[in-house]
Amino acid sequence: MAGNYKVSSSPHVHTDATVQSIMRDVIIALIPSAVVGGLMFGWYASVVIGAAIVSAVLAEWIFNLLAKKPNTVGDLSAAVTGLLLALNMPPQIPIWMVCVGSAFAIIIVKQLFGGLGKNFVNPALAARCFMLIAWTGAMTTFREPLVDAVASATPLAIMKDGAQGTLPSLLQCFAGFKAGTIGEVSGIAILAGFAYLLIRRVIKPTIPVVYVASFAVLTFFFGKEAMNVEYLAYQVLTGGLLLGAVFMATDYTTTPTTPKGMVIFAIGCGVLTFLIRRFGGYPEGVSFSILLMNVAAPLIENYTVPKSFGNRGGAVKR
Amino acid sequence: MASTFKGGHHVPDHKDLTNSRATKPLPDCDIHIYPLRQHIGVPLTPLVAVGDTVCVGQKIADADAYVCAPVHSSVSGAVIKIEPYYDASGSMTDAIFVENDKKYTVADTVKPRDYKKMLDKDLLDAVREAGIVGMGGAGFPTHVKLSPKTKVDYAIINCAECEPYITADHRYMLENTDEMIIGLKIVMRILNLRDGYIGVELNKPDAIAALKASPECNEHIHIVPLKVKYPQGAEKQLIKAVTGRRVPAGKLPADAGAVVVNGATAVTIAKAITTGMPLIERNVTVSGDAIKEPSNFRVRTGVPASFVIEQAGGFIEEPEKVISGGPMMGIAEYNTDYPIVKTTSSILALLHAPKTYDPVTPCIKCGRCVDHCPMQLMPYRLRQAARKGDVDMAAKYYATECIECGLCSYICPANKNLLQYIRMIKPEVLKKQREEAQKNGR
Repeated sequence: MAGNYKVSSSPHVHTDATVQSIMRDVIIALIPSAVVGGLMFGWYASVVIGAAIVSAVLAEWIFNLLAKKPNTVGDLSAAVTGLLLALNMPPQIPIWMVCVGSAFAIIIVKQLFGGLGKNFVNPALAARCFMLIAWTGAMTTFREPLVDAVASATPLAIMKDGAQGTLPSLLQCFAGFKAGTIGEVSGIAILAGFAYLLIRRVIKPTIPVVYVASFAVLTFFFGKEAMNVEYLAYQVLTGGLLLGAVFMATDYTTTPTTPKGMVIFAIGCGVLTFLIRRFGGYPEGVSFSILLMNVAAPLIENYTVPKSFGNRGGAVKR
Repeated sequence: MASTFKGGHHVPDHKDLTNSRATKPLPDCDIHIYPLRQHIGVPLTPLVAVGDTVCVGQKIADADAYVCAPVHSSVSGAVIKIEPYYDASGSMTDAIFVENDKKYTVADTVKPRDYKKMLDKDLLDAVREAGIVGMGGAGFPTHVKLSPKTKVDYAIINCAECEPYITADHRYMLENTDEMIIGLKIVMRILNLRDGYIGVELNKPDAIAALKASPECNEHIHIVPLKVKYPQGAEKQLIKAVTGRRVPAGKLPADAGAVVVNGATAVTIAKAITTGMPLIERNVTVSGDAIKEPSNFRVRTGVPASFVIEQAGGFIEEPEKVISGGPMMGIAEYNTDYPIVKTTSSILALLHAPKTYDPVTPCIKCGRCVDHCPMQLMPYRLRQAARKGDVDMAAKYYATECIECGLCSYICPANKNLLQYIRMIKPEVLKKQREEAQKNGR
């Protein structure tokens, strides 16, 4: 018999999953939110989504070209960043701003720190915050769904500052009939994506559940309207909390990998979101909370290294 | 409820290729090759010289050391040469070559015995003299395992067989059901225990039923169904599943009051004691998509792997990879000349070895290695430590606790060979710990 077979260190079989397949799953999970956003805010919202994805992918491609690095567009991570950024945009944002935001996310936040897996904060969120500071007006102008160009305040802004506008019903908030960013409007669509990610085992439920739960507990007891279930429901269903908890706070690279670390990270997000909404100047606060916890993630992970099997006790002492 | 442990993952097992194939004997093979090290411990010294005639079951090599196990001839015939030869691990060891005279004359030392009438000490000696080692792959001498320094509470037969493809132990359970339990009873006698346990993964319901229906089974023999999950058959994970106890870091199973014996080993113990025939044959699964007729064989030790593969119809097509043992922990072979030894549970031939030489992509910290590690380690951090050569960091992340099951490398979407890096740094950590222990005057 011939011989010269391939030799390598064990194991000799591998899972089919790749970075690309994971990113593809995230894109699939985001499709319901993108579709609802398009339906609610019209064709322009779809253009925003397309522009964000294309500019993010282009930015990655051009950077790799200039830096003489292998082309990494195929791993789909740039497309995910672009899509996530678009879903965090108000529906009437000028296209050029979106493109600058995408390029900022990919080049400044991701590639300059070493590329995929090396960024220390979530690129889409960092870009969103950059845009919020750079173009505050454009980034905080929202409009009513299903009607053209009627400026409107988001539910949280109405509740926080008494901004002009009628508060949509809770059911409207859950289904997507409210002012807000393209991807955050429909709780149902986000939960559908969440379910898909769980079924495909892309993420574990820990961070989204603990994040929302810790925020809800604090808001219920110490919120502006404590012990008010309706107020609590509005707080949970609006302001991008669900979108952030499911898709942003679960970003692999910028969150701890340890089981305890995930819980601490998520509680931190919940506490910060509550503090910003209750006492801060911004009505929502999800982006800043997650970014701040991103920065703390390596530290959290270092302090939550699990004890190994043999160091957990449980052997009989004689 | 099936017992299990924390972590792990069900790897597609492909056991249906061979699990209903009864073990077949092999035809005569002309030359048998017996490496002088088929166990963990010191290599043996030949007891025969070139030109000597040997019989089936005759001891042909042994050593005075405690941690070793003698080797016996599995055929009768003449010793034609004693020279270095490559074994399945790829290392050169002296090997005794015996030309099979095809008469299978049995040595006069092989005499049936009644284990119930033997003293415990004599049972232990008989296990040693029969050359019995852990037949699951590690090859640790069984008589050493059965002489724990402290009193143990659990005797466990490991029939989890969690490695994909392999069905050798499954066939033992179905075809040597009574002997499996007698083997356990002998182990229980030696360890002075009233109760014994057999752990079987739930994907072998026929084996569980057969064991329960055996006339040898009684209220002191407990068949423990285990969750189908790799590495359920790893010693520490099995002990956790069966007893709820964790073997402390750096300690032996006996320190958690348990002794684990592999299923094939239990059957061989029973045969060796009752018939007097030492370890000269074993079940070997020949499987994989490159094999024409995936089969189970009862193989006399010393047969070259190529001979066994031919009996399974040979290759459909030249495989990319040939593996001795399972696909998770087995050894990739560059050819098929290596002999079947006591620890060879299977020969796998795979047409495609996906991802073997594929490029790796950046780690995205998905945490799957951390989630699945059955020892609750952080393989991606250990890889970082190994790449930096940072022995202290590796020690901090418990490098020495790694059982090398390979699940981290299997599960990694970035195709990082995490285990290989851990294997690189682990000896360094052990060395440093030894040096420090010496410095502290211990």
